[in-house]
Amino acid sequence: MSLTAETLQLLAPDGRLVESDRAEQYRPVVDGLDDELLRSFHRAMTVMRAFDVEAGNLQRQGQLALWIPSLGQEAAQVGSGYAARAQDHIFPAYREHAVGHIRGLDVVRIIAMLRGLTHGGWNPEEVGNFHLYTLVIGSQSLHATGYAMGVQFDGLVGTGDPDRDTAVMVYFGDGATSQGDVNEAFVFAQSYQTPQVFFLQNNHWAISVPVSVQSRTPLFHRPAGFGIPSVQIDGNDVLASYAVTAESLDAARSGQGPRFIEALTYRMGAHTTSDDPTKYRESAEVEFWRERDPISRFEAYLRHRGEGEAFFAEAAAEAADFAADARRRTLALQPPEASSMFAHVYSEPHPVMDAQREWLRDYEAAFEGES
Amino acid sequence: MTGTLDTSAETTAATAGPTAGAAAAAPAAPHAVPATGIQTMTMARALNRGLAAALAADEKVLLMGEDIGPLGGVFRVTENLQREFGAHRVIDTPLAESGIVGTAIGLAMRGYRPVCEIQFDGFIFPGFDQITTQLAKLTARHEGALRLPVVIRVPYGGHIGAVEHHQESPEAYFAHTPGLRLVSPATPHDAYWMIQEAIASDDPVLFFEPKSRYWPKGEVDLDDPGAPLHASRVVRTGTDITVVGHGAMVSMLLDAAALAEQEGTSIEVVDLRSLSPIDYGPVLESVRRTGRLVVAQEAPGGVSVGSEIAATVAEKAFYSLEAPVIRVSGFDTPFPPAKLEGVYLPDVDRILDGVDRALSY
Repeated sequence: MSLTAETLQLLAPDGRLVESDRAEQYRPVVDGLDDELLRSFHRAMTVMRAFDVEAGNLQRQGQLALWIPSLGQEAAQVGSGYAARAQDHIFPAYREHAVGHIRGLDVVRIIAMLRGLTHGGWNPEEVGNFHLYTLVIGSQSLHATGYAMGVQFDGLVGTGDPDRDTAVMVYFGDGATSQGDVNEAFVFAQSYQTPQVFFLQNNHWAISVPVSVQSRTPLFHRPAGFGIPSVQIDGNDVLASYAVTAESLDAARSGQGPRFIEALTYRMGAHTTSDDPTKYRESAEVEFWRERDPISRFEAYLRHRGEGEAFFAEAAAEAADFAADARRRTLALQPPEASSMFAHVYSEPHPVMDAQREWLRDYEAAFEGES
Repeated sequence: MTGTLDTSAETTAATAGPTAGAAAAAPAAPHAVPATGIQTMTMARALNRGLAAALAADEKVLLMGEDIGPLGGVFRVTENLQREFGAHRVIDTPLAESGIVGTAIGLAMRGYRPVCEIQFDGFIFPGFDQITTQLAKLTARHEGALRLPVVIRVPYGGHIGAVEHHQESPEAYFAHTPGLRLVSPATPHDAYWMIQEAIASDDPVLFFEPKSRYWPKGEVDLDDPGAPLHASRVVRTGTDITVVGHGAMVSMLLDAAALAEQEGTSIEVVDLRSLSPIDYGPVLESVRRTGRLVVAQEAPGGVSVGSEIAATVAEKAFYSLEAPVIRVSGFDTPFPPAKLEGVYLPDVDRILDGVDRALSY
């Protein structure tokens, strides 16, 4: 479950930089991170944790049908999210709230889904190329691969122009690695050498089923069978997540084909608010991971670097404000019009949609004035 | 829907960036000037020419599927197209239907217009999830911010004496799924035009090709499609009874009508052409005149396209009907071994039996 000698870690749980030959290779990347970006990592992780807790509260108070907690996975998401360039495209699963936030998605739009107001509805191109959530496990992996094929056909790979060369990153979980679509995506990606990074967040649990049921081999060993270079990182280490993702995306953009990252992390909360993890996992395991918390680890690192108390207080206040604002705006969300059901089933005019929209309008009009 | 291809994309720059694997392929050759006039050809050839016209008209059109490159597809529908347009536009894929459809979705998200070939009807089911769960729903999920112009070509139906999974008619699954369109040509002429119109559509289109009709020849008017993509059409006029069908069944219905005429029964034949949506106008107009309807299909009858037509006609033309709508279909069994396909599939006699039953009321 825990890290092995094969796991790349740059930041130890006590907030000190790891000194190893492998870590040394990434030292130039780490040393190149300026203070403002490092602060952004902390702010994003802190803000998204507060948001996540607030969204969970909203669900418990009956304001959301469901919430999908990401608590504990902030480093994997924030590091990889910041590693992507503006022109890159991100295909999330459904727990990548922090990545969406970094890319420019108003995360209250995720809340709107779980309040039953929409199935998504954002235009990826307007929110940093962050595509819609996909709830059928692993289906998005093939969309990402097809998208990456398109990027390649567009001639946007390996031109050497850092502002044009484009990669696609797809997120999925340990459960998804058992899906046929994910494995077919590996096949297509490798056949066509797509500019693509597969980012696996192994949070150790597919609802109640431990990762050992999905695989008896470390998941990052599987891509070797497809010929895809892969690496396993400590997913609670935001520096490792950033550095390895940046390196992998660079390789993909430059035309070296797909890459695979397994980020070992842990879902501290439930799968969703409908889940009860006390039925299937030990509290000792949760405590083990609590001691490896991604935010306190990175905070310790920043303090070692001399970051002052004022910054942390400011970040905490920003997080509280963000959560309060999300709550306020959630409660102000309006229900969709009934006729919106018919609006976008097809892009072109469709007689059945027209007929049923009219029927519903007339049917509802028949009740007008009754109450 | 328009009856012709949108050719505005012809002016877009050729942006094809051959991949490492495709780089060795010949670049797209200059395409022949589109032919005009009326030519006689098979449906397979008509589809081939229709696909070539679509590839030539729009750089964003891609073909993808198993064995569609040098082999030209197991039915040779894509013969020579890879040579003509290059391996980056006519793409041999790994053998994985979900992968084909799923990556086609991603390509469409990027602005391409992929045309997928599913090798045989019974092989579509590994791709069923991507078609029904993703392709059909993604435009609604995006609330209109995304269009998905994906065409899925499916050779379907019996009469070819093949092994299991190679003779099925699974159209009802897809006609039942909101967000998809589904059409099926019955003639080379319609095949030539409808494939181009399906590719020009901004919605996902399931394009069901009646494989037993691939080889008979027919006239193709290369200048005039004649009807929009989703129109049904009266293909033989009659006064006593209406029969409707699609795909390979249409020629069977015409044969039945010719035979019945010798016995003094005048049958009107409607070619549905589109199963989602169904154009009920000509069907209802015909039934209101004849008062009787037989719906014929190769697919099993239960919860099928024929059931839907029977229900709708009963609802909309109840006072015109002199008899219940009769369904003639395959049995509600798995498609049997080939030696029994002649028993399973509706033939002229089974159609005329249905006609007799309707006329006996």
